[in-house]
Formats: sequence, structure tokens, C-alpha cells
Amino acid sequence: MTVTSETTDRVPLVEMRDIRVAFGGVHAVDGVNIDLYRGEVVGLVGGNGAGKTTLIKALSGAHKADSGEIYINGTRATIETPRDAKQYAIETIYQTLALAENIDAPSNMFLGRELQSRWRTLDNRAMENAARRLMGRLNPQFQNLMVPVSSLSGGQRQSVAIARAVHFNAKIMIMDEPTAALGPAETSQVTSLIQQLKAEGIGIFLISHDIHGVFDLSDRISVMLQGKLVGTVNKSEVTKDEVLAMIIMGKLPGTATRTELADLHR
Amino acid sequence: MTDALPGSPEPPEAAKRLPSLSSLVRVTEMDTRLLGMLGALLVIWVGFHIWSGGTFLTPRNLWNLSVQTAAVAIMATGMVLVIVSRNIDLSVGSMLAVIGMAMAMLQAEILPRWFGFDHPMTWIIALVAGLVMGALLGAFQGVIVAYVGVPSFIVTLGGLLVWRGLAWAMASGRTIAPMDSTFQLLGGGSRGNIGGFWSWIVGVIVCIGIAALLSNGRRQRRKFGLGLRPLWLEISLGAVGCGVVLGTVAYLNRYLLPVRVAAERGGGNIPFGLANPVLLTVAVTLLMTFIATRIRFGRYVFAIGGNPEAAELAGIKTRATIVKTFALMGILVAISAAVVVARLNAAVSGLGMGTELYVIAAAVIGGTSLQGGIGTIQGAVLGALVMQSLQSGMVLVGVDAPLQDVAAGVVLVLAVAIDSFFRRRAT
Repeated sequence: MTVTSETTDRVPLVEMRDIRVAFGGVHAVDGVNIDLYRGEVVGLVGGNGAGKTTLIKALSGAHKADSGEIYINGTRATIETPRDAKQYAIETIYQTLALAENIDAPSNMFLGRELQSRWRTLDNRAMENAARRLMGRLNPQFQNLMVPVSSLSGGQRQSVAIARAVHFNAKIMIMDEPTAALGPAETSQVTSLIQQLKAEGIGIFLISHDIHGVFDLSDRISVMLQGKLVGTVNKSEVTKDEVLAMIIMGKLPGTATRTELADLHR
Repeated sequence: MTDALPGSPEPPEAAKRLPSLSSLVRVTEMDTRLLGMLGALLVIWVGFHIWSGGTFLTPRNLWNLSVQTAAVAIMATGMVLVIVSRNIDLSVGSMLAVIGMAMAMLQAEILPRWFGFDHPMTWIIALVAGLVMGALLGAFQGVIVAYVGVPSFIVTLGGLLVWRGLAWAMASGRTIAPMDSTFQLLGGGSRGNIGGFWSWIVGVIVCIGIAALLSNGRRQRRKFGLGLRPLWLEISLGAVGCGVVLGTVAYLNRYLLPVRVAAERGGGNIPFGLANPVLLTVAVTLLMTFIATRIRFGRYVFAIGGNPEAAELAGIKTRATIVKTFALMGILVAISAAVVVARLNAAVSGLGMGTELYVIAAAVIGGTSLQGGIGTIQGAVLGALVMQSLQSGMVLVGVDAPLQDVAAGVVLVLAVAIDSFFRRRAT
């Protein structure tokens, strides 16, 4: 009894059907269906080892799914490598940020998609310029772009990872724990960025192990438990406690008793 | 958070005081590690000069030193990229032997059957065959590393044994000689150099290059509104650079051809001039610096070394990139093999034995981190010069061969120890 969204008559931006991923007999993701519409934020939550990251890796091309289908704008998509995902304008901000620590921010932003001169040499000045302009919008305090990423603060690193995703006109964005390493000021910066991207019509998967990080931002929330999808709910129709019950007990809203809900807060 | 913002105002009185050494280094954006190596080199040179009773810093010895450094320096530039990508190549010494042997047999035994000796095509065919062979052997090892997933340490340790054995098997341990007379020019010697006049021309071209680099950098910085260095500093930097280049040429040009050889060329005082292998080393260094810093391939090698997973997620074809670094290493080994064989005018199966350690040491002394991700080409070339200076110096003052190895080993460990000490303090 999955609660359906009011947007079912439109073609979803992303639809993942019956995705399965197993690691040596362990079903990390076991027949999960999930979708995402334009200008929508879907929170994907679940405890540690619930399979959120594995599911999303199938979409970002980091790890191929064993079976299942992915549809982008209603057409079947084949995503086997990160390059494939980028072809579909899917950009991912990994929890680890996936930055090469030894090179500078612009080089990381453009990694794999470097700007080149006519002579096919790296156009470092143009990349620095583009990075400075974008960073002026995302994190104006961050000025020392040309030092190796290893000497940046957590917030600055996060800005680099976000800038990389934003710069290439993503239509689908995946953010894995985007605020886990951030202080309150930087978190609110990311929050306003997410709202801005959403207003531009970008669909966003927001992944978190913790409901508090994503509840306010999400339009819908999909909950996973032990590799299976517990359900997808409209945020406006549920309380945080009900989602918490889904995360911990795998019980859909309305099926958990009052005492069970109260127990969550013990 | 202690992130110092760039352009954060210095205390105003600091500007009025004379610039300290450290602020000078900062303003000029000089590489402190490179300066440290130059300092170490100076100490080694002056030390050996005194110890040897004034023979180390003679034009003749420095000229020989430049030629002896070439083979290791050329390979060290490739080793930088291999190590930066978190790999290692232990097979370069043995590969040098098998490629050198192949090039030697081609020109001394196989090609003469069709062309006769000293045919103008002989040296070209031998050299191209060697380069192709180097690329293939390197790529072969790279494929096993990247696609089969065997650690490069093991693959190239195997290569160290296999290529050495094949070098012996190819000629059943014979010495192959002599080389084609044009091919010999690659090795330096009394004919393999460009003479005094052309050395000056090369020196002047390098000076023009330095001036162009400085003025281009300044123009770029102005265009993008970045901070400019004071003009007097730019000019003095250029003057120091040109002074060093022209001074080196002038000094080396004081090494004159033996009277007998000079007589064949009209007699008088004829300088050797820069040796061909040295020019080759300079060209390789420039090209490898370009590859490492100015094109995608080099950027990818560094990204893989910094974070292989991130490189993969960024869509870089990491495996193909690794194969290319090993292939490039193989090509550079072939160039070095040509230099060594041409210089010896012979190939033996023991060619380049133990060279892998010198090549790796040169790269590491030059600041290449074995953890991957960090290293520079010019550092490795300087590292090769340091290692070769030590070795030549010890030969010059008559240190016993086993003790030479002891000293080289101690210096290697000491250099890395000092380096990691300063790196820890910096972070």
C-alpha cells in the first residue's frame, strides 16, 4: 500500500524498476522500485546497510546492477560506467566526495571533462576562471582555489564536490549525505542550494541514514530496510515518527501502534 | 579552521623591512624542495671538489657527469609518472638490456646482411625498432597490472628476471659490437656532440625560452587579474636563469677535443660542446614536463595517484591510463638503451644491471612520493644528477665499489627521511 504521489500522470525523470544487487549471496538491494520527477526532491532513507548507497550506485554508474531496468524520461537507459551516467546528465555527490586530494579545486571540478585549448592542451586559466565564477555563487568565502584539495576545510571540499555536479548542467542529481560533514552555516548553504536547484527543475535524490537531515527538504520519502523498499510516502502526509517507524521497524504509516511509536523515543 | 585567505593583509611594517629569505621564496613562488636539492647538489659538488683535490668541478669532469647522468635521467622522468600512479617499475634495468641487445643485434648482425655496414637506414631502423619494442614491452606489463590486476611490484619483478634472461638468451651471452657509426653519435663521445658554436646557439635559445615563459606568465596573470610579481624580480629571475644557462655553456665549452681528434677537424682548440645525450635529456625533460602538466593524460595520472576511486567515478579510463604510463616508461627505457649502447659501442647481457634502483632513487630523491599522487619531472632529473654526482665523485676520489653502494643507499634513505620530516611539518 505504497502511497502514490499526485504526479503519476507525468513521465518520471528517473524510474528504477526491480533493481537487484547481490554481493556474494547477500542481497544488498532486492527488487527495489523507485522514481523521481522534475523539480522534485526524493529523500532516500534507511539505516546503515539498508542498501541506499548500493541502489544509487546503480544509477550513478559506480556499480552495475545485477538485474532490473532504469528508465530516464521514459526511455530505457543502459548505465554501466560513471561516463554513461554523465551522458544522461546524472551527477553524483558521493558521501566520500570522491576528490583527488593532491590536485586543486578547478582540476577536481573538471576531472574527466577538462577544458582544452585548440591544441588539446589543458586550458587551466579557463577552468580556474569558471571555477571562480561558480564558487562566487556557491561559497563566496572560498577564495584559495589553487591549492591542493588536501589543504581545504570540510566545507570547502564539499563546495568543490557540489560545484562539480552543478557546473555540468545536471538534470538528475544524487546527493549522498551532503551535509554529514558540515557545520550549521554550511548546512544552510547546501539547503538553500538544493531549493534553488529544485526550482530550476532538477530532480534530486537525497540520501541519508537519518530522517532529520532530509525531512524538511524532501517532497517524497522512500525508505529502505535490509535491501528492500519499505515504501514511498508523500512528506506532507506523514510525521517524522511515522517515517522513523518505517526506517527502524519497516512498518508503513498507520500500521505501527501508538506504543511502538512512543518506544522509538525511549 | 585556520584557512588563511589569500591576500590577507600582511602587517604593514613587514613591507618596509628587507625581504627575508623565506618571504623571497614565497614572492618568487619558487619550489622550496627544488631549492633544497640544488643546495644539496652544491654541497656534494664542492665537497667532492675539495676531496678530489680540485678535479671534480673541472669542465672535463662536469661534461662527463652530464653524459653519465643522461640514461638514468631519461628513465627517471617516466618513473615519476609510474610512481605517481601508485605503481612501480622494477624491470627498467633488464628491459634496457633486452632492448639494447635487440638494437645492437639489428645493426651489427641482422641489417648488414641486406644493407651492408653503415647504411644510412641502419640506425633509423634499429632505433625505431627499439622504441616500438619498448612501447610493447611496457604496455604488456601495464596490461597485466591494469587488466589482470597483478600488483606492479610483482609484474615488474618478474620482468626484471624475464627480460634479463632473454637479453642473455638472444646472443647466448656474447658481446655484440660494433654499432653503426651514425648510431654511435647518440652516445656522446668525441663525435657525438654539437661543438662550441651550436652549444652557444642552444644556450641563447634556452634564454629566449626563459624570457618568453616569464613574460607570458606575467601577461596571463594580468589578463585574469591575478597578483603580479614586482618587475625587478621578474627581470632578476630571468637574468639569473640566463646567467646559469650561458655560464654552463661557457664552462663546458672549455673542455676541448683531444689534439689528435682536433687535428682531423683542422686543428686548434675545438670545444666538445654539449653532448647529444645531454640534448636528448633536455628534450625528453621538456616533453615529459609538458605531458605531465599540460595534457589530460598527465592530469589523469596524478588524479589516479591521488584517489583511484575518485578518478574512476569521474569517468577516467583508469586502466587504459595505467597501460599508457607503462608504455611511455618502455619508450623512455628504449631511448636510454640507445644512449647506453651507443656510448659503449657494444651490447652485453649485463647492460643496465641495477639501474632500476638508481632510476627509482632519482625519482624519489626528486620528490616523488611512493604513496602516489606527488612528483615532478624536473625534480627527478635533478635527483638523477644528485645520484650520478655521488657515484662519479666517489669513483673520482677512489672509494671502493662496495662502499659506493653503501654511500648511495645511505644518501637515498637520508634524503627521503629529511623530506618526509619537512612534509610532516608543512601539513
